[in-house]
Amino acid sequence: MTTLDVVFVLLGVVAVGAAVLVVTTRQLVHAALWLVVSFGALAGGYLMLTAEFVAWVQVLIYVGAVVVLLLFGIMLTRAPIGRSADLDSGNRWAALAVALATAGVLVTVLVRGFRTAYAPLDVAGQGAAKPLGESVFRIWVLPFEVLSVLLLAALVGAIVLSRREI
Amino acid sequence: MNTYFHDYLVVFVLVLLGAGIVAGGLGGNRLLRPHRPTREKLTTYECGVDPVGEGWAQSYVRYYVFAYLYVVFAVDAVFLFPWATVFALKGYGPTTLGEMFVFLGFLAAGLAYAAKKKVLSWV
Repeated sequence: MTTLDVVFVLLGVVAVGAAVLVVTTRQLVHAALWLVVSFGALAGGYLMLTAEFVAWVQVLIYVGAVVVLLLFGIMLTRAPIGRSADLDSGNRWAALAVALATAGVLVTVLVRGFRTAYAPLDVAGQGAAKPLGESVFRIWVLPFEVLSVLLLAALVGAIVLSRREI
Repeated sequence: MNTYFHDYLVVFVLVLLGAGIVAGGLGGNRLLRPHRPTREKLTTYECGVDPVGEGWAQSYVRYYVFAYLYVVFAVDAVFLFPWATVFALKGYGPTTLGEMFVFLGFLAAGLAYAAKKKVLSWV
């Protein structure tokens, strides 16, 4: 194993460990903050795979926006401070089964689909914004436009849900 | 080690250096300062007035929409970066320009809806 492999594995361990802490911690706010660590380690993993644009998108969207959204959700609903005793749900074994099944499907798809696909890590700038833009605006234009409709639907849905008088 | 990893090693060292400056400043402060806490000194500083209630309060649900708008427009901004690097290149041109404006148009419709429902007015 090279140094890069070691760093990549360590980042993976940090990401998984922080993710386990997210679901096991007794303090809801700490769960959101552990999620920052997990997402940050994931961004580091993307960086190690030379996908630098994806890594900074991970930092901007997940570490920045999604965690802010989660913290807002916590602040809006229960306003807890300190430990919460009633965080364990009776459904947690079902949740564990669903999580394992989802992970199984994802890993199987990835392994079967990309087992023989190799990308060299020593090409300069392959994960930057420009190659991504070339592929999005040459090949994946329709999914890109459909995404805007998805964002619109989510935006309208959030407004409708949060405003009672509409 | 190629230039990509070398560049990010520099970024990493810079991050460590920044963390070291903050930790060194606070740590040096802690070593040098006298430490005589009293009840009054340990209360939360709130403009020199005694604090009222707890530091944790529920917030209004309307602020959630602002956080949500931020998420939507962060996603939107993320797509502007790859677009900005290619739209002037040979073989893209007005079509790519139009595609981005279709994308922005959909989101602008959402923003117009939010404005129409007076979500954006600060209360």
